[in-house]
Amino acid sequence: MAEGTTTIDRRTWDRPTVFYNRYVKYLVYLALVGFLAWSVWEMRVSPDRLLAGGSAASNFLTESVPPDFGAQQRELIWSGMVESIAMAIIATVLGVIVSIPVGFMAAENISPKPLYVLNRGIISFARAFHELVIAIVLVIAVGVGPLAGIITLSFKTVGFFGKLISEEIEEIDEKQTEAIRATGANTAQVMLYGVLPQVTPRIVGLSIYRWDINLRSSTIVGIVGAGGIGLTLLHSFERYEYDFTLAIILVILALVLLGEAISAVIRRRIQ
Amino acid sequence: MLSIENLTKVYPTGDRALENVSLEIGGRETTAIIGPSGAGKSTLIRCINRLTEPTSGRIVLDGTDVTSLNKKELRKARLDMGMVFQEYNLVERLTVMENVLSGRLGEVNTWQAFRRQFPPDAVEHAYDTLETVGLAGFEDKRADELSGGQRQRVGIARAVVQEPKILLADEPTSSLDPETSRAVMELLTDIAEAENIPVLINIHEVDLAVEYADRIVGITDGEVSFEGEPDELVEEAEDRIYRSDSVSKTGRKGNDDEALDNLGTELREI
Repeated sequence: MAEGTTTIDRRTWDRPTVFYNRYVKYLVYLALVGFLAWSVWEMRVSPDRLLAGGSAASNFLTESVPPDFGAQQRELIWSGMVESIAMAIIATVLGVIVSIPVGFMAAENISPKPLYVLNRGIISFARAFHELVIAIVLVIAVGVGPLAGIITLSFKTVGFFGKLISEEIEEIDEKQTEAIRATGANTAQVMLYGVLPQVTPRIVGLSIYRWDINLRSSTIVGIVGAGGIGLTLLHSFERYEYDFTLAIILVILALVLLGEAISAVIRRRIQ
Repeated sequence: MLSIENLTKVYPTGDRALENVSLEIGGRETTAIIGPSGAGKSTLIRCINRLTEPTSGRIVLDGTDVTSLNKKELRKARLDMGMVFQEYNLVERLTVMENVLSGRLGEVNTWQAFRRQFPPDAVEHAYDTLETVGLAGFEDKRADELSGGQRQRVGIARAVVQEPKILLADEPTSSLDPETSRAVMELLTDIAEAENIPVLINIHEVDLAVEYADRIVGITDGEVSFEGEPDELVEEAEDRIYRSDSVSKTGRKGNDDEALDNLGTELREI
């Protein structure tokens, strides 16, 4: 060995831990494992239950294949689909129109504090609930049908769109805005000339992305009575017409994939 | 005629950027403000149109005390002051014409601005000015398609279209190569003469200042340290402006930092 014979006090190095020290680290890991074990215990899915589930699944499969695309079914699917697509389009347009001012007022760099807080609040509120929760409430409030669905999707759009637009505005180049302000432009003009051009491509891209999301959501809110193909789907379950259910699911799948493809193509063109 | 009286600016951080600065700028002369980085040159220019709010003192433009104006009156006063920026500050996604016409926003209402409906004489003036700055035919190009020199020309055109009573230029050549810098300086001084307005240029290239300005003002540590004609700027005077102790005082923030500090608060006010 070529190493020196004198023992030097070698410095050691350990990778710093995000926890305070390694005891805390192992304690946290232990807690996580314990939590997982408790969850499994709480559910207590027995092998018997798994078997029963399996047979129910195979039962559903045999009954649903082949999908039922009969004349009457086709008509129901068609009308449900048209309603869903219409709901998605109307909700996207309405939602975007409402979101733009909300998004501007929720941008910390251009909005006065009280307006900022208020609009951030609106956005957080809209984001807090799942669309099905909002749909349930609205079905009770305005009755069964697509109106409840449109309001639900518009509301969710405001949460999504408003948040992303306000974040985009918070990252604009403020030099451009400042130059417009220096010409003596008023606040609205500064927004139109200094801020809006910087976020327009994002607004267009996000609108199309949101339309795609709304299309997907519009197929599900019907489950709680808010119109669209979801309602047709629900009825097929209730009547145990699993072959019809499969037909609907296949059409929804096709529609969602198509919407996603269209949205992707358009967004790529814009960038 | 612009007169600056006892202008003082203290930033919230406690930095005293300007200390009792008094200046008079009139006629059609080009005044160059020189001085080390962080001396307060930028703050001085920005205080004139209140992009930076002065702490005390007065700015009087043709009898109007700019410092006492409310927001609406200030917007009107800003229309009378064209500003050219170091980094051009064009709206990148708008066309050259929209950028130039934005100089007249103070004259149209919001709806007209949205529809791009500017008075016919403004459009005519915009075409003429684009020709003057050598960008005829560039109307429909987007600002982000232009080179640095071209962008600064658009920036100048935007300021000229305002038909201002004074032109303020904050380091207009700092982002440009030497040759383009000269062209821009020439353009600014030509405009001052043609439009019969004074030009106040903030510049750190002393040779450009000496070559193009009619008058030179030196700012050191927030105070006027020199005032005179270019040929009076002898070595001794230059040493006084750029005196070494100001370099050791770089605890003071640079111009850009000051400007950025302000942007946030200012934008919230619009």
